[in-house]
Parts: sequence; structure tokens; C-alpha cells
Amino acid sequence: MAKRVGIETSLAVSEVAAACDVDVVAAYPITPQTHIVEHLADLVANGELDAEYIPVESEHSAMSACLGSVAAGARTFTATAGQGLELMHEVLFVASAMRLPVIMAVANRAVSSPLSVWGDHSDVMAARDVGWIQIFVENGQEAVDNTICAFKMGEDHNVLLPVMVNLDGFHLSHMIEPIIIPEKEEIRRFLPPFDYPLPLHPDKPVAMGDFAPPVIFTEAKWAQEVNLQKSYDTILRIWKEFGDQFGRYYKPVEEYCTEGADTLLLTMGSFSETAMTAVDSLREKGKKVGLIRIRLWRPFPFEELRKAVDGTKTLIVFDRAISTGGPGGPVASEVKAALYNLPRKPLVVGFVGGLGGRDVTREGFEEIILQGEEIARNGSPNEYEIYGVRE
Amino acid sequence: MVKPENEFTWHDIETGTIVTTPGNASQYRTGDWRSQRPEYTFERCIKCGICAIYCPEGCINQNEQGYFVADMYYCKGCGICATECPLYVINMVEEVE
Repeated sequence: MAKRVGIETSLAVSEVAAACDVDVVAAYPITPQTHIVEHLADLVANGELDAEYIPVESEHSAMSACLGSVAAGARTFTATAGQGLELMHEVLFVASAMRLPVIMAVANRAVSSPLSVWGDHSDVMAARDVGWIQIFVENGQEAVDNTICAFKMGEDHNVLLPVMVNLDGFHLSHMIEPIIIPEKEEIRRFLPPFDYPLPLHPDKPVAMGDFAPPVIFTEAKWAQEVNLQKSYDTILRIWKEFGDQFGRYYKPVEEYCTEGADTLLLTMGSFSETAMTAVDSLREKGKKVGLIRIRLWRPFPFEELRKAVDGTKTLIVFDRAISTGGPGGPVASEVKAALYNLPRKPLVVGFVGGLGGRDVTREGFEEIILQGEEIARNGSPNEYEIYGVRE
Repeated sequence: MVKPENEFTWHDIETGTIVTTPGNASQYRTGDWRSQRPEYTFERCIKCGICAIYCPEGCINQNEQGYFVADMYYCKGCGICATECPLYVINMVEEVE
């Protein structure tokens, strides 16, 4: 059995990608993701990992190299953050539409300008519609576990989609935590070898990435959309299999103290752990509050979310990104959209905070919950509230 | 392709829109794009083949008499052959079909 060790989350992610026996890593370093690809480069250079490490000249090239690598049937991993994810942008669409399961860790970072290397979710929210499976993790253990699951999900023949594992930059990527990194043998029992059904091979030539005239394009996009939606069942099955083997279970929507709660806070990513302590503290004071965390962002868990918030009066959604000039936070607007047509639904109050590495403490989340309840009672002139801005 | 494109449903789309029969672009009738067609005055033609070399579609072949003629299934009517022909054999006229 694997032992629990104190290790930086970034290094643990690289260790586990190596333990998953990746064949190719094509990546470009960018803060706060650098330690992930740096450590993988070390493992390859030291002969500890038998893989091709492609040091490319940009993230656009990194993702492009990953496409070719998966198309040839190689298990492929990369990582990026912030501007790097944006530079990959157009190639991200190609990966999903061509059904090439690249597995990528994103150490979520704010997007310039002003230049910020620190964490928030504006990078991934700009890549929301690229057709990838998108998972958010809350701590180092979840990052490791979901990296393993990501390979199995993406490479499943019913799925064949790229998977993004989002881990908050610095707050999570640079945190040294006690983490169990499963042994290679254990992973091998869980994760079958990658077998891409139609790889590039001279014996059986295929053409990939062709053009589609208007008469075919809609059909191609719908086939892609149905496939991403249907991947949901496979994702659940793989999380269940992971739990059965390793004892740690994951769900698309995680609930905490939601029993009998009048007010629920909804978060995504590592701030959820702080939010839990805020809920504990308010529960001790006799307030009926709970926490919902969305773990699976794409495909969006509509039914689980509706079930989780059913019967709640107020739902406070905390976003770490702004849709500027729009309805506020992307998570809040999607949650509202998911609930709008229901006959019975909570009032949704959106908060934006934690931008560009700004911390939100336990007291901060308590404040957000209380202010959210106040807005639910008395209303607010704002589409959403911004937390912590100095007036 | 086995059936015409407009009869393809989304169920028929291969994984990742992969084309498993490479070279099937040759079935694509680019001749549909044509608004002009080449006409030939073969009396002047010296069979040099410059038109075939310059044709971006690669659709000009020699016929039984050795003259170079565009395959109208593919010819897009771009007129490059007419511009390049040193002896003005080719004249572009409006496509009325």
C-alpha cells in the first residue's frame, strides 16, 4: 500500500502522471504550473520515466504537439495556467472535436492585465466552452486522485475526450500537504493501457481534422455535444470504481452540512475547504447554513445541482472570475440558468471574490453568507456583489 | 462517400469526424463552384502542358489527341490556365449550365 507523504501538490501531480505511465509530455512552463512540468522533465531526464518530453516554444505548440501525440495513440499529459491556457485556446477546441484525450492539469491563474501570476478562475472560465471535461479539485489528494481518474475517463472508448483537472494556482499548486500517491501497481490495476481506436498508422491510413461544409458541420457538432453529455455516466462509473479500489469517492456535486439548511453557499475549487470551516462556525452559532461544491464543471451536473439545492431558500454563489459587462460570475449565471425553469427554487445571490490571488478567510466566507442572507431579505441594486473591494 | 452528404445524420459521423477512407476528397465536386468555363482553340495549341502544370486543382489531363483539357467535375473555373497559356488557346466564358 502507498504511504501518505508530505509533498507539494504540483510535484504530487507530476509523480502521479508518471505513475500513470504517460508516453508523451509536451509542455511549456508558466507560473504557477511550472513545478508540474519541471518535475516531469526531471523524471524523464533522470531515466525514472520512460516518456518523450517535448520542450516546445509556446503553449499553442504544446497543445498542438499533444494532439499529434494522442492521434498516434500515445498517453499524453500537459499542464498550463493563465495566459498559457489562453494561448492554447484555439487548439483546445480541436482536441475535443477531434476526440483526442489529452489530459491536462491547469493551475488556475488570473489573466493579464494587470499582470498577475496569482490564482483565480478567469483562465478556465474563458475556456469554458471548449468541449473538454472539466474537473475542479479542492486539495492535493483530490488533485492526485482526479489526475488518475482523468486518464481513465478521457481514454474510455465511450468518452474519448480531453480532460482538464483544475487546481487553484498557489493556494493549491504550491501547498505542501500529506498526500497518498498510489503505487504504480495499484494504478495499473485501475487504469488500462491507452488504446486509441483509430490511431495514425501507415497500415490503416485515416484523415484527421478535415473540413466540414455547412451540410455536415451541424451533425458533427451535435455528435460531439451528445458525446460530452453522455460522458457523464462514464465519469460517475469511473469515480465509483476509483472509490471502490482506493477508498476515496468523488461526486459531481459535493454537499456539506446541507441537511435542513435554509442558506447554502456554493463554491468551486480549493476555497471550498475554507468555506467549510465558515459553515462549521456558523452552524455552531445556530445558523442553518450548508455548502455545495461543484466538482464537475463540464459536463454540467444539472440534476445533481437541482437535487442538492432543493428546499433551500437562499443560494449564495461564490465566483473567482468576473464576466465583465455581464451578469457577474460565470458559475452564478450557470447556476441561475440551471434553476430558472424550476417551479420551486432558491433565490440566487452572486458574489465575486478571491481575484488574482486575494485570499478569502473563514471570517470572509461567514461575512459573505450573512451579507447574502441580508440581500435575500432586502434585495440589492447590484446584479452581483464584489467581495472585499476597498471603496 | 457511401451516400450523399445531405443524407448523413449525426449518428453517421465517425468519432472525431475522422475520415476512414483517405482520398475521398476526389469525390468532392469542386466543379460546382464554377462561374466561368474554359473554351479551347486547339488549332493554336502546341501541347506544351503549361496549363496542366499551373492548374491549382490538378484537373487538366491530355486527351486521346494529346490536347490538354480540364476535367469539368473538378474545374473551378479560376482561369489560371487561360492566363498562363502562351498561345491564347484558352478563353474563359460564362458558365451557363
